[in-house]
Amino acid sequence: MASITFREVEGSSPKYWMLFGALGLFVLFGAIAWNTMHHYGHVVTGMDNQIVWGLPHVFAVFLIVAASGALNVASIASVFNKPMYKPLAPLSAILALALLLGGLLVLVLDLGRSDRLIVAMTHFNFKSMFTWNVFLYTGFFGLVGAYLWTMLDRTVKTYSKAAGTAAFIWRLVLTTGTGSLFGFLIARDLYGTAMLAPMFIIMSFAYGMAIYLMVLTAAYAWTGRALGDAVMMRLKSLLVVFVAAVLYFVVVHHMTNLYFSKYHAVEAFILRDGGIFTTMFWLGQVVIGCVAPLVILMSGLGKQRTWIMIACALVVLGGLAQMYVTIIGAQAFPLDMFPGLNEKSSFYDGVVHSYTPSMPEIFLGLGGIAIALLVTTFAVKLLSLLPVSLDDETVAKLEH
Amino acid sequence: MSELNSKSDLTPASPERRRFIGAATATAAGLTIVPGVMLYEVAHGRPEDQAASSAVRWGMLVDATKCATGCDDCVTACNTENGLTPVAESSNPKQAPQWIRKLELQDPLTQMETNLPMMCQHCAEPPCVDVCPTGASFKRADGLVLVDRHTCIGCRYCMMACPYKARSLVHEPLNDTQKPDVPRGVGCVESCTFCVQKIDRGDGTTACVEACTASGHNALVFGDMNDPESEISKKLRELPTKQVRADLNLNLGVRYHGI
Repeated sequence: MASITFREVEGSSPKYWMLFGALGLFVLFGAIAWNTMHHYGHVVTGMDNQIVWGLPHVFAVFLIVAASGALNVASIASVFNKPMYKPLAPLSAILALALLLGGLLVLVLDLGRSDRLIVAMTHFNFKSMFTWNVFLYTGFFGLVGAYLWTMLDRTVKTYSKAAGTAAFIWRLVLTTGTGSLFGFLIARDLYGTAMLAPMFIIMSFAYGMAIYLMVLTAAYAWTGRALGDAVMMRLKSLLVVFVAAVLYFVVVHHMTNLYFSKYHAVEAFILRDGGIFTTMFWLGQVVIGCVAPLVILMSGLGKQRTWIMIACALVVLGGLAQMYVTIIGAQAFPLDMFPGLNEKSSFYDGVVHSYTPSMPEIFLGLGGIAIALLVTTFAVKLLSLLPVSLDDETVAKLEH
Repeated sequence: MSELNSKSDLTPASPERRRFIGAATATAAGLTIVPGVMLYEVAHGRPEDQAASSAVRWGMLVDATKCATGCDDCVTACNTENGLTPVAESSNPKQAPQWIRKLELQDPLTQMETNLPMMCQHCAEPPCVDVCPTGASFKRADGLVLVDRHTCIGCRYCMMACPYKARSLVHEPLNDTQKPDVPRGVGCVESCTFCVQKIDRGDGTTACVEACTASGHNALVFGDMNDPESEISKKLRELPTKQVRADLNLNLGVRYHGI
């Protein structure tokens, strides 16, 4: 097998520092947003006692799900022994770590008492899926960190497959855990199903691959390194499979619900009467997130790099819409404590809850994305994560 | 002491001084005796060093047939007892905590209307306790489902899990309506405690039940569901009652008649 040369990105051009500065600015905005929420309380957010998890959770869960998906490329290289993916693996691992960091920061900074994070690290209730996730996240950092080490340090290279396999199994468990955060909730009609665990896994495949493709393409375009069509087309084909699988799971989930009378009301809400949530579902999740990318990638357009990038961006936007519907849509639909009866109270029982995200929430969420990209931008300057060339010739040699 | 004695020996005795010593002695005696008397008065309450007992299960019976339309005395009493700002006075009503609320139900077919108070149902198998990452949500041995103010991190997972929408997050810093024996604070989740401070004082009832009784409606009965001789146990034997969302099998501490 031919060897590949990895090299740090020089990162001294004004363009690099402008990117760095722009991302840094959004991180700063995120910090200010957190400070505002922490100082005044959640009263400055659009969240209330009806919609208790708002936009920060949409961003946080999206990033956490995408993080485990971003590791896929590395997993294909080590676990499934595909040599073509080996040069792509280090970026995959660092992106996974960066996305998880961004997601977790948004999650913990949205706590009512974010100053008590140490309490979450020292008091555990092992019946809680949240507690399990604390261990799953820290374990992910440890395992992917070790895996990255085996990729970068030749002296421990022999452990790469073992570390990669461990990280792969861990990321499957992690996303099962993230899906189960909702799957283990009995109160709300759209949750409380084991479907959510595998669905979140397949969502992670799609989101992670879309983000990986965009970061890879940007990194190679902006550093003037060669990125051949062989890599692009291979990753694009994978993205097609993942996006189609997401659509399949979404269809099965809603079709199953539609079969049960007790879910008819909530399904009618999401699919037909839910206003913004219905729009988010059909236009955001289904059309922008699944159908449009599939059409682009499977048609002649999918041969052009610009269109592949557009498809990736659509998958990300659709993913955020899917999270919005999953997290906020499920809360907007009122709890049905007395089936068959109309409910009314001072606590907004029986009515659809409205939600308008506030500026601090938006900037906290964007701050999470910015920190993930900032870490990645800095990491490729600091470490030899990117091959000097990924042109078709170099890649072809790997497979022989 | 000897120095003090010698000093007082030198000081001429005065009527003022005698009165002062007399008053001081009486105050000291009073301070010594009163707590004892207080303790005697609440002897049927639980001493602070004694843990809550699982021999007791506090519960409430709501007779929806007696719950009056338009009456919210239970809500007002809860706010007063626990130091909550009434939702009508809140500048952010959607974010204002509500521990108990009046629920108006109507059957769309028959038009029959039902009134009832809804609050934490103090489940024997509480979903909020299951999901709480830090263990801040907990069930006390005597059946009360409470939140430890010191370990709640405000993640709101319990609010996502509760099928009764019983919990509220304190969205903004609290004003001075707070009560010393009802710890609350911004960023933490809270809900009905069955007036745990009153139970531990030995009152044996809650503010909402007292208010309902005082108004003459008598729709609420509170007591020990484990004690077959308690009023609530007797009533529960007589009246057909239901649990809200009984399908979830959470074994609720609040039972409803007339729903």
